[in-house]
Amino acid sequence: MKFLRNFLETIEPKMAGNKYLHTVYDGFATFLFTPNATTTDGVHIRDGIDLKRTMVTVVMALQVCLLFGMWNIGHQHYTAFGLYPGMAEALFTKLAYGFLQLLPIIIVAHVVGLGVEFFFAAKKGHPIEEGFLVTGMLIPLIVPPAIPLWMLAISVVFAVVIGKEAFGGTGMNILNIALTCRVFLFFAYPTEMSGDNCWVAHDYNYLHQIFGMGASTLSELGQSVLPEKGWRGLLVNGFSGATPLALAAKGGWAAVENQFTIQNLLIGDIPGSVGETCKIAIIIGALILVVTGIGSWQIMLSMILGAAFMGFIINMGGGYLSTEIFGFEEANPFFAVPFYYHLIMGSFLFAMAFMATDPVTAAQTLTGKFLYGFMIGCVGIIVRVLNPAFPEGWMLAILFMNVFAPLIDHWVYSRNIKRRLARAN
Amino acid sequence: MGKTIKLKKGYNINIQGAAQKTIATNFSPTTFAVRPIDFHGFAPIPKMLVEEGQEVRAGDPLFFDKRKEHIKLVSPVSGEIAEIRRGPKRRIDEVIILADSGNQYREIPSIDITSCTREALVDHMCENGVWPFLTQRPYGIMAEADVTPKAIFISGFDSAPLAPDSNFAVTGQGNYLQKGVDVLRKLTPGKVHLSVNGAGQMANEFSDLTGAEIHKFEGPHPAGVVGIQIHHIDPINKNDVVWTVRLQDLIAIGRIYKDWQFNTERLVAVAGPPVKEPKYFKTFLGASLEKMLDGNLKSDHVRLISGNALTGSTVDAKSHLRYQDTQVTVLTEGDEYEFMGWLLPSYKRPTLSGTFLGGLFGNKSAMDVNTNTHGEHRAFVVTGEYEKVLPMDLHPQALIKNIMFQDLDYMEGLGIYEVIEEDIALCEFACTSKSNLQQILRQGINLMLEQG
Repeated sequence: MKFLRNFLETIEPKMAGNKYLHTVYDGFATFLFTPNATTTDGVHIRDGIDLKRTMVTVVMALQVCLLFGMWNIGHQHYTAFGLYPGMAEALFTKLAYGFLQLLPIIIVAHVVGLGVEFFFAAKKGHPIEEGFLVTGMLIPLIVPPAIPLWMLAISVVFAVVIGKEAFGGTGMNILNIALTCRVFLFFAYPTEMSGDNCWVAHDYNYLHQIFGMGASTLSELGQSVLPEKGWRGLLVNGFSGATPLALAAKGGWAAVENQFTIQNLLIGDIPGSVGETCKIAIIIGALILVVTGIGSWQIMLSMILGAAFMGFIINMGGGYLSTEIFGFEEANPFFAVPFYYHLIMGSFLFAMAFMATDPVTAAQTLTGKFLYGFMIGCVGIIVRVLNPAFPEGWMLAILFMNVFAPLIDHWVYSRNIKRRLARAN
Repeated sequence: MGKTIKLKKGYNINIQGAAQKTIATNFSPTTFAVRPIDFHGFAPIPKMLVEEGQEVRAGDPLFFDKRKEHIKLVSPVSGEIAEIRRGPKRRIDEVIILADSGNQYREIPSIDITSCTREALVDHMCENGVWPFLTQRPYGIMAEADVTPKAIFISGFDSAPLAPDSNFAVTGQGNYLQKGVDVLRKLTPGKVHLSVNGAGQMANEFSDLTGAEIHKFEGPHPAGVVGIQIHHIDPINKNDVVWTVRLQDLIAIGRIYKDWQFNTERLVAVAGPPVKEPKYFKTFLGASLEKMLDGNLKSDHVRLISGNALTGSTVDAKSHLRYQDTQVTVLTEGDEYEFMGWLLPSYKRPTLSGTFLGGLFGNKSAMDVNTNTHGEHRAFVVTGEYEKVLPMDLHPQALIKNIMFQDLDYMEGLGIYEVIEEDIALCEFACTSKSNLQQILRQGINLMLEQG
């Protein structure tokens, strides 16, 4: 690697003049080589862990979800046309479709987000910090697969500038950045973000066209040109891109069972956002995070307990709530969905493993983490079940608890202070 | 009865090159130094009682802080004042004494510690150079002569990396230990607490002691740090004052009050991966490093540390041991770039993180540790990692953050009275963001001292 090091050293003085150039140079140089800095003013030896390694571990934990998600984009796409219904059929084609569909999203999220971060880092005169590595990987996993790229870019700029840089950069944000991006999309472009139409990708983008995928699908379907309604005109009769959660919101667990099995829900060949569907992949990712100590198991466990607890209460009181409190004629079947099924539907597990465990925005004390996770679980189920407009609740619940996390910590610190004072007497 | 306390939180950093239990022979350092900068809050330009070229005996006063005239710092050896080395703004960094071949002691006037008053003993200790062995908490400053501590604490073992073995250091010094304890008993209406290593056999020199409350502490570092022990035995509350004494200084106190000479003989461990023959040296306070390291290093590109790898001070070969140190740590300087070092480490490094196989399965083997920072300084991101290595009922990250925004009420409430640098040094080692926690804590302590 000598030649690489020498190369970096030769171009360094050329970058030193302009602070923007220097920040970019520094970002890449420290990515390639751990600096030769030695300890000063304090301990003489340091732990081998650093923020880059911490972040990259999360990114690696997400790769299983990413891989399955790419395949699933393809699977949902082709089955919507009635092609390749079996899971093992056309594996590579589906993966290729999903990869090419997701690649522009990944690129845009990273380029825009890192661009904003580099700009601010250069302005402030400090090296670029690694927070965006994880955010950049999370954003493609939570947005609809066919999202217009300009919409994505705007929301990433919003999330990074308002959510993060306005507060001081990595380590200073109050709200989870990936969720801030998603919530901006949700409130600014609600029709494109919700309903049954957004979770399955129907069209072929220019990357797909380059590899001739659109043309080959047309010929498989026995068509030579696209009908008036474009690709949507080729969907099978009675196609609905409804996610299990959307079905449950309308018709309870019976509606879900009608279309999907538990196996579907766990393996994830269902409509949904890219990262959330394969529960097994998420569990693998969560295990990686817990074993390496990067993700807090306390938050994960308490979130499961909170969701189960609130789900159970709603199960018990659902009938009464529906008819007496909300004035419905009949009990809302969504209330009756057993609490344990809530854990495997929607983005609960994904939010638990990757969103709630973000150390900067979560509670920072150990006791606080249990409370924080539990509250997210409770609030998330409340938003999911009692909110008539949108059948999912984790984004809002986590952002809500992000705001309360400092208060939870404050309470924990106050108890510590009181204990200390009590010892004095 | 003394307590037995098992601590779970902490981490033992296993570095190669631990000192063999042999004492070097034919060893006599050329120079010794007493350094005002070793004491927090000491006057940067103390009033000198000697000048360059003057002859002194061991125990002759050298200088004092004008604000506290009666506390004298004395020479550890006899010889000639070689140099009064100054630093920035003319502050006095070191008073260097060129040692004689034979050691001449000033005769210290004797005093009967059983029958004298406490005030008389305090005056005697101040006049004869014994007082600086007492460190006061909160804040880790030299003990104030006009306060009475609620208790005095001694840690009977050092759990820091490559630290000298206490049982080895106290061998044969039982009488002096006892005398030291007797002196300390006089200074406080409360107890004298001595904490020993709960693992392994207690040395007879400890078990035979009377007058001290003996506690056992078991567990990884920082179980041997006196601040942690104080927290578990009798925590420091607001308005409390406690004193601490280092083990080999306690022996010195005993020796002074038995033999009436300022004899600070101690065992100093020289250890570390680049040391050819890590072993112990028998010498006095403030010895120069030169003779200990001469021909004993495998390489030139090393860092010399007076003290341990977590709390010690970088020194050069011509320097001297700090007042408080009984070990020299030598480490390889890690000033080399590592290709993708954060993703594909090319050599083993100490770590608590489960992202390394070593951290996951607990690296038990001794490592050749270097001084590379393994990453750049970042904002606080990861939480909970300081708490894993601090066995105290205290929130270290909250305390550090409140020091950074100078919130005095929260600093007090969160326990700034209870900690000094050595207590959180391991947290600084474990920090993913490479923060300088010890430095920040000292700034916080200075702020508390300023604000009164």
